[in-house]
Amino acid sequence: MSDTRPVKIKVRGLSKVFGSQPKKALELRDQGLKRPEVLEKTGQTLGLSNISFDVYEGELLVIMGLSGSGKSTLIRCLNRLIDPTEGEIIIEGENIPELSEKQLLECRRRHFSMVFQNFALFPHRTVQQNAEYGLEIRGVDKSTRQKTAADSLKQVGLEGWEDAYPNQLSGGMQQRVGLARALANDSSVLLMDEAFSALDPLIRKDMQQELLELQHSMKKTTVFITHDLDEALNIGDRIILLKDGEIVQMGSPEEILTSPADDYVARFIEGVDMSRILTARSAMHPVRATAREDDGPRTVLHKMRENGIDSIYVTTRERKLLGLLQADDADRAAKEGQQSIAGLMTQDFPSVGPDEPLHNLFAMFSDKSFPIAVVDDSRRLLGVVVKGAVLAQLAETGEQ
Amino acid sequence: MAIDIPRIPLGDWIESGLTYLTTEYSVVTRSISRLTQTGINGLNDGLMWLPEWVLMALIALLCWRLAGTRLAIGAIAGLALIWNLGLWDPMIKSLTLVVIATLVAVVIALPVGVAAALSERLYRVIMPILDFMQTMPAFVYLIPAIPFFGIGSVSAIFATVIFSMPPAIRFTTLGIRQVPKELIEAADAFGSTRSQKLFKVQLPLSLPTIMAGINQTIMLALSMVVIAAMIGADGLGNEVWRAIQRLRPGDGFEAGIAVVILAMLLDRLTQSFRKERKQ
Ligand SMILES: Nc1ncnc2c1ncn2[C@@H]1O[C@H](COP(=O)(O)OP(=O)(O)OP(=O)(O)O)[C@@H](O)[C@H]1O
Ligand SMILES: [Mg+2]
Repeated sequence: MSDTRPVKIKVRGLSKVFGSQPKKALELRDQGLKRPEVLEKTGQTLGLSNISFDVYEGELLVIMGLSGSGKSTLIRCLNRLIDPTEGEIIIEGENIPELSEKQLLECRRRHFSMVFQNFALFPHRTVQQNAEYGLEIRGVDKSTRQKTAADSLKQVGLEGWEDAYPNQLSGGMQQRVGLARALANDSSVLLMDEAFSALDPLIRKDMQQELLELQHSMKKTTVFITHDLDEALNIGDRIILLKDGEIVQMGSPEEILTSPADDYVARFIEGVDMSRILTARSAMHPVRATAREDDGPRTVLHKMRENGIDSIYVTTRERKLLGLLQADDADRAAKEGQQSIAGLMTQDFPSVGPDEPLHNLFAMFSDKSFPIAVVDDSRRLLGVVVKGAVLAQLAETGEQ
Repeated sequence: MAIDIPRIPLGDWIESGLTYLTTEYSVVTRSISRLTQTGINGLNDGLMWLPEWVLMALIALLCWRLAGTRLAIGAIAGLALIWNLGLWDPMIKSLTLVVIATLVAVVIALPVGVAAALSERLYRVIMPILDFMQTMPAFVYLIPAIPFFGIGSVSAIFATVIFSMPPAIRFTTLGIRQVPKELIEAADAFGSTRSQKLFKVQLPLSLPTIMAGINQTIMLALSMVVIAAMIGADGLGNEVWRAIQRLRPGDGFEAGIAVVILAMLLDRLTQSFRKERKQ
């Protein structure tokens, strides 16, 4: 995750105190007290404390934490459904906490649409009218908004249900309406508060997949809240972990899994099926030795003997992968007095991209037990994965 | 031993207050009076102008549309009985008073109810006033009505409006406060203005509750209109009143039955309207 991507929302020093004496609570916080002590001393709940992060343009950022960690409070501060006590939330140069009521309306209409845990559909409106809501209140003319809403309903697979009422739909379909209502608005940021938590597991997986596809095609900046790690790992480009109103860790799914910041995070990731999450990159080793295309058979044999291996990857000078050479073939060629290895390479070896999930790699280890080549988009050799390394990686992250 | 505590002249104060109001605001009261009287006469004349069977057919049709055949048949039977007993004219007069009083009550109650729902402070002021209004015996309202509007239908309307308004206010407030918090949040999240939120979300969702309040208001209005015969309101109440004075229980019961029929009709009609909207 490069930090050079354009920032969509910049959050700095955001805090929220629930209670009548926020100043007092923040003072104690500044003296180093945590939420439980602050609550005990002042009766004020430190909902969020000094939160800073960026949301990058087009990313799917997941905010995760246990119940009460402040996820809902955080996402509601972004569009000021909850007024933050202190801090900045900057979107396109506007500082949201400082907006007047009128500016806030405008900002919500332009930048934010939201999907809720319990759907929050309007029961007196049809599916179509629900999807139109955001456009309707912005004063978009009838034919335009009908068309836009119909398009988003189609996008979420609800064509033909326009005239139904929400209570006639299943939970999964209702949340699709919720999603369509948000998409129709064409705001620049999508906020989703435990949007799939009320759905049963199978539907939930489907919805995650669909969200991912939509998000990939539309590149919509999305802030997604969940308390479910599997969900977070499945859909998140980046994950922020909250605990007691503070950020404990922020990073890619893999970073969180492989190097949990503390016990809290480690406990969180217990029981996750690592092989689905970890990628080839995490189990990859640098290549100990490679052959060049213009090496002779004897040179190559020497390299192999030196490194104790019985097969070797052949690359160009630019490390572009050409093929695999086995010791037997090199040996035969050397005896026959051949000068080049050009005709001796095989293409019959496994290769994957660096983002391939580990669990797909198991099946690739053939009887010949070649190491799996990890190559980038232009087939440059990045490293190799050997069977033992995969298991070791899984065991290692499992222990922590 | 007895300590002589002077009696608080509460009654005197109220009286002088009323006198002040009636003299200072006679222009206002007189124009209200004229306006109301015009409304009463207009509606009454209109309903009377229609032949009995036409009105019966219209009411039956309305019942059939809103509630089905059974209520339509019941309406025809009940109204025919009233007609047969010679109570048609008083029934129309009572109906007129109920309709106008309810209209006025609802027009006042809706904004007040909405305001009380949206402002915690107003809520705390208005609710005790409603308690007061509802526990005050009904005919006490008749007394101040007279100095303001004199004997007759206008005073009856005035007292009826005050007496029947509380449930409409209460239910409006209740309905709006009952709208789930998530829906308010959703409306806010999309950038709704206050009035968009009110008219597109809060009011439509509280409509069934508001209708329940209006139903109660209509029932209270009918009962008050009957009592208002004491201050000269025409109608079924007046028939009962006359029967009492002439010691003719039979006549009294006939008028009473007509009131019951009218009450049931109004009740079923407004209830069915509520059910229809709920789906
Ligand atoms: N309106 C409020 N008044 C007082 N305390 C509140 C309020 N809203 C939230 N809190 C407290 O702030 C903390 C964070 O709440 P929040 O709802 O953000 O948690 P969450 O992470 O969304 O939890 P969940 O997974 O249960 O939804 C909790 O301790 C909660 O009790
Ligand atoms: Mg929550």
